[in-house]
Amino acid sequence: MIKIENLNIHLNEFTLRDINLSIKENEFFILMGPTGAGKTVLLEAIAGLIPVKSGTIFIQGRDVTKLPPEKRGISIVYQDYCLFPHMTVLENIKYGLHFHKLDNTLAEKRFDQLVGVLDVSHLLKRLPANLSGGELQRVAMARALMVNPRVLLLDEPLSALDPGFRSDLRSGLKRLHNSSNITFLMVTHDFAEALSLADRAAVMNHGKIEQEGTMEGIFKRPHSTFVANFVGMKNLFAARFLGTTALIENLKFELGRSPVNSHGYIAIRPEDIVLSTEKLTSTMRNSFIGRVNAIFDQGFYYEVDVIVEDVTFKSLITKNALFEMSIHEGIDLFLSFKATAIHHF
Amino acid sequence: MRSKEPFFWITVSCGIVIMAFILLPLIEMMTAPSIAMLKETIKDKDVVRSIWLSIYTAGLAAIISFVFGTPLAYLLARTEFTGKRLIEGIIDLPIIIPHPVVGIAILSVAGRNHWIGQIFSDLGIRIMGSVTGIVVVLTFVGLPFYVNAVKNGFEGISPRLENVSRSLGASMFSTFFRITFPLAWRSMLIGIIMCSARAISEFGAVVIVAYHPMIAPVMIYERFEAYGLKYSQPVAVWLVTICLSLFLILRILTLRNKRKA
Repeated sequence: MIKIENLNIHLNEFTLRDINLSIKENEFFILMGPTGAGKTVLLEAIAGLIPVKSGTIFIQGRDVTKLPPEKRGISIVYQDYCLFPHMTVLENIKYGLHFHKLDNTLAEKRFDQLVGVLDVSHLLKRLPANLSGGELQRVAMARALMVNPRVLLLDEPLSALDPGFRSDLRSGLKRLHNSSNITFLMVTHDFAEALSLADRAAVMNHGKIEQEGTMEGIFKRPHSTFVANFVGMKNLFAARFLGTTALIENLKFELGRSPVNSHGYIAIRPEDIVLSTEKLTSTMRNSFIGRVNAIFDQGFYYEVDVIVEDVTFKSLITKNALFEMSIHEGIDLFLSFKATAIHHF
Repeated sequence: MRSKEPFFWITVSCGIVIMAFILLPLIEMMTAPSIAMLKETIKDKDVVRSIWLSIYTAGLAAIISFVFGTPLAYLLARTEFTGKRLIEGIIDLPIIIPHPVVGIAILSVAGRNHWIGQIFSDLGIRIMGSVTGIVVVLTFVGLPFYVNAVKNGFEGISPRLENVSRSLGASMFSTFFRITFPLAWRSMLIGIIMCSARAISEFGAVVIVAYHPMIAPVMIYERFEAYGLKYSQPVAVWLVTICLSLFLILRILTLRNKRKA
């Protein structure tokens, strides 16, 4: 569907290097990465809105690298929605019809359908200045879908909304994708958002693709320290590998498998580390005793930092568990985790 | 800022001094001529002709700035290139250069011993002492005000709006006329007002290029020189009144647009 080969872009302060990406027909693909990673630049390059230095962009097998944006059949919805402020909602949604030869009845049918699905029928006569964030977003979606694009590019469409609204609109997006045959390419810096929406994803950093693959693959098997950090693998250590064990300083971890490399990293998700006041008799093959160094309130959870021989482990536990074990700074605790909870690379 | 502080009182008194400095001479001038004298002045065909000449040459300068300045303003607002600061500096040059120097500079290209002047004279276009010459001078001094105002206007419009329009199938031309132009229209009107206001007030450059036909500032100067303050004031009052009302009308029109949008 979308295939990007060796794409290079230089744009003022932004540089994208050697971008290779392939997105399948009708996929919900998510581009993740921190602010400034170049996600929006890549979207705009795919839409043909910024010049490309070298490389090729294919859409449905056709080289579109040199095509102007209006000939690509790609709609874009920006973070700030960018409704045309001098037009009513109705005029905004129908804007694209000026440039697409479309049968009138078909256009009306599609319009009614979109207005219904996105629930904007009561807004049609209003100007964008009088709409809420969620309404703006839905109108922007309707406008983008009205021209029946092959690809819909979404640039952080949910990040400007109230958190309460976000989950509603997120499931709305998913439904919209499932009921259309349009390929969705969405940018976000929110990993949780990506998890709930994407079929496949790529993580970007400093203008490069760090990793591309299924969400599960990225979540469980990050290829780099950056991706590991990004997906919330907070326990990330440089390690030496010896047989089926990994060594951090003098701490020995059982991996249950032998890595091919002798040096690398191991990563453990904080929620995979079990804390206990007594040594657990379980199948977990890694168990250490350490001292609680700090406790951070994270809303529903607490992050407990435990130091074992100069190595700090971060663990997540519920508020309940924290009080039941009466965990406070300075006490000794056991921490245990399965060999399979350790990811190495 | 707390109102009791001495600093506050310094800012207020400076403000009052400036207001008085601007308004006192103007009010004094506007109220000096008697109604009878004003009536008599506006019956004078030469006065009417010169005020009309001032207004329409300034208007023409604004229209020329609009036609040629708008694309340039767009280019400056939307693109980054090496030498952009230089271009912006060049556009501001007419503001900095002393007015008589502007007149002399224009004459030195438009004169017979310059090839451009030669072409003009072959075509039958006269710059020296003609309406064409006045319009050229007024455009020269007014253009920077138009370009700067409209450039700011374009900069205030998110390029993403244009991006969205393009992605929905509009060409760059359609995008400009359907999105950018309607949104920048107000800044263009402000640019036209600024440009023509500046053009109407021009004296030094015009007097060198075209003493005749006489625009209003030149006539005011001539009456002052020949007959004194008392005879130049009524013309000045009429010029100021007519210009202020024209600009007021334009402003009201733009404000009404704003409410609609």
